[in-house]
Amino acid sequence: MGYIASQEQFDALFSKLKETYEIWAPKKFIGGGRFSNTDAVRYAVVTSPDEIEFSEKSDYSWKEAVFPPSETLFYFTENHTEETEGPAKKKLVFLRSCDLAAVKRTDQIYMKNGDPDYYYARRRGDMAFVMIGCRTSCRNGFCVSMGTNQSDNYDMSVDAEDGAFRIDCKRPEWDALLKAAGAKTADVVPRHVNENNVKVQIPENLSYKVGMSSMWDQYDSRCINCGRCNFVCPTCTCFTMQDVYYDANGKVGERRRVQASCMVDGYTDVAGGGSYRQKNGQRMRFKTLHKVLDFKERFGYQMCVGCGRCDDICPEYISFSNIINHLEEGMKEVADDER
Amino acid sequence: MDINTKKLKKNAFRVTKNRYVTSSRVRVPGGYLKAEYLGKIQAIAEKYGNGHVNLTARQGFEIPGIPFEKIDEVNAALQDIIDGTGINQTGRERGEGYPASGTRNVSACVGNRVCPYACYDTTAFAQRIEKVIFPNDLHVKIVLTGCPNDCQKVRMGDIGIMGMTEPHLDPERCISCGACIKACRAKSVDALSKVRFRPERDTYKCIGCGVCVNACPNLAWTRSEKQYYRVTLLGRTGKKNPRMGVDFIKWADEDSIVQIIKNVYDYTAHYINPDSPDGKEHIGYIVDRTGTEEFLKWALKDVHLPDIAEVYTPLNWNGIEYAHNKYFGNQRYHADGTIVTDFSEK
Repeated sequence: MGYIASQEQFDALFSKLKETYEIWAPKKFIGGGRFSNTDAVRYAVVTSPDEIEFSEKSDYSWKEAVFPPSETLFYFTENHTEETEGPAKKKLVFLRSCDLAAVKRTDQIYMKNGDPDYYYARRRGDMAFVMIGCRTSCRNGFCVSMGTNQSDNYDMSVDAEDGAFRIDCKRPEWDALLKAAGAKTADVVPRHVNENNVKVQIPENLSYKVGMSSMWDQYDSRCINCGRCNFVCPTCTCFTMQDVYYDANGKVGERRRVQASCMVDGYTDVAGGGSYRQKNGQRMRFKTLHKVLDFKERFGYQMCVGCGRCDDICPEYISFSNIINHLEEGMKEVADDER
Repeated sequence: MDINTKKLKKNAFRVTKNRYVTSSRVRVPGGYLKAEYLGKIQAIAEKYGNGHVNLTARQGFEIPGIPFEKIDEVNAALQDIIDGTGINQTGRERGEGYPASGTRNVSACVGNRVCPYACYDTTAFAQRIEKVIFPNDLHVKIVLTGCPNDCQKVRMGDIGIMGMTEPHLDPERCISCGACIKACRAKSVDALSKVRFRPERDTYKCIGCGVCVNACPNLAWTRSEKQYYRVTLLGRTGKKNPRMGVDFIKWADEDSIVQIIKNVYDYTAHYINPDSPDGKEHIGYIVDRTGTEEFLKWALKDVHLPDIAEVYTPLNWNGIEYAHNKYFGNQRYHADGTIVTDFSEK
C-alpha cells in the first residue's frame, strides 16, 4: 500500500524496524574519501534515518551487507576449530533498483549454484529490502539498457522528496507500523528512470571469439589492475581464503575469506608458480565476458546490472559501458577468423 | 628627480638598471587568483609599462617599464588587484599601493583544490598566513606545499610547510591486494610491510604522504580527520651559504604553525643585525649568530603542539659554500686541465 509519510512518521517507522533489524544503508562519510577534503558514500549500519544518504549514489555497493570485504569464518587451534557467530539480527538493506537486481545475481552464485554457501546464507537469511527510488539517472549508469531500472521485488520502496517520504509498502506488518505512525495513504509508484545518459548494446552474436580481437590490447597499458571496478561491483562475488597464523608456531589462528578481484595480481596464480592472464587487457577481456556473456550462458540472464560504479571509480577513466559498446566492432574484427 | 628609494621599494616598486624607470611588483598569496585580475594586470602593463609582464619565482607578477612619474597612477590602478588578492594593506591608505615588500609573497602549490596528492588546502592556509604576517619589512620567505613531493620547494624557504595526513587502516576493509605496500615502496618511503596478509605501518618511517590512501582500491586506508604538517626551517638561497631547510616538526597542526611564524618574526625583529644591508638578513644567519637553542626558545613560545607531534633535535644545516667547499668539489680545473689555485688557503 502507498503512503506519504512526514519526517516524524518515517522516524517512527525506522525506530520500530530497528528493533527487529540491523539496518544497512548508503551513508556519507565526511572526509572519508580518497583525496583530502572529499567524502565517500558507502554501506554501513545506520542507527537513525538522517544517516541514510538518499540523494547521492553510493561509491561501493550493497553487497558489503552480505559479503564483507573480509570475514573470519572460524578460529583454530591444534585440534579444534570454533566457528564465528553469525549475525545476531536480521538485516534490512536500503538500496536502489540496480542493486536490488544485483541481489538476484549474488543469490544465483551463492545459493543456487550447487549447495548454498553457508556463510553467505547466514547473513542473507530473512534479509529485507527497502528500495530507494531514482528520480534522475546517475551519470554513468545504464540500468535501462540492462533492464534493471525498475524492480518490484522490494519489501518497501522509499522516495525521499521535499522533506517527505513516498512509500510503497508490501509487508502487512509494516503497513500496520506506518498506519500507527499516522502516515497518509496515497497512490505511490516508486520513482525510476526510463532513460540514461549511457546506453549499451550487447551484440546478439557475441561469442568468446571476441577474445581474439585487438580491442583488449589498449588496456594492457591503460589499466593499472587496481581492482576498484571489482570491489565496487554489486555482482562480483569472488573471494580468496586466508589462513592467518597468529605466530610462528603455525598452530593457532583463523581462517578468513576475503573479496578477490580478477584484475589484481595473484588472482590466477596456481600451484607450481603458473599464472594466467598476466596482461591487463586479458584480465579486462575475462571480466567483460564474464559480466555479459558466460554468466548469461549458464543462468539465462545478464550478470551486469548497469549500475556504472566501475566507470564512476576507475582512476584511469576506463569505461566499462564503452567496452561493451565496442564488442560489436570486436566481433566484426574476428568474424572471418577461423581460429 | 628626487625619489626616496627606501620608500619606493617598501611600496613594492623596484629600482631598476634603467634610470627613472621602475617596475611594479604584484604578489598573489597562495598563487591563486581570479582570472579577471590578469586583465587588470594587463591593463596596467599596457597603459603604464612596456606591455610585458614577468612571472616571478614566488608567484607574483612584475610589471616592468613604468616611469617613476606614473607611480601614483599605478598605485591607484592596483587597488582592485590588492583587494582581489586578499592583500593585508594595513598601514596604508587605499589607492596608495602595497604597504610593505620585505616579507616575500607566501607561495603555495595548487594544493587540494586540484591535486589528488595534496593533503590540505594550501591556498586557504597561505591566505591565512598573509593576514597574520603582513605588512612586514623583514625579509622572510614562507612556502607551502600540499604533500611531501614538495613541488613548491619549501626547503628553500625560511619556514616550509608540507602537508601530511595520518593514514588510518580499517582492517575489515582490507582485501590484501598489496597496492598500498607497492605504492609506498615505489613512490614514498617504504613504510608498509605485509604482516599476516595486511599492511603494517612503521610510524617512525611514515611521512604522512597519503600515497597508501590514494592507492587503496577499497577505502581500507583513509585520511585522518585532522590535517597535519611537516615544518622545515631556514632554507635559503643567496651568495653566502645557500642551504636546504631541515626538518623541525613532524605532525604539527595549523594553529601551532601560525604561532611559530609569529614567534619567528619576534625573534628576527629582536636579533637582526641593525647594520645589515637594506635591513635585510636571512634568519638563518641570525640563528648562526645566536645559536639554535636561543632561536628554538623563541620559536616554540606559547606553542601547543598536538600529542602526535615530533620535534627534531639537534638541527643541523650544511649547504653550499662557494669559496671553500670542504665536502665536495674542493678542487677545480679549467677546461685545459690546469688546476685553479685557492690562494686564500695559503
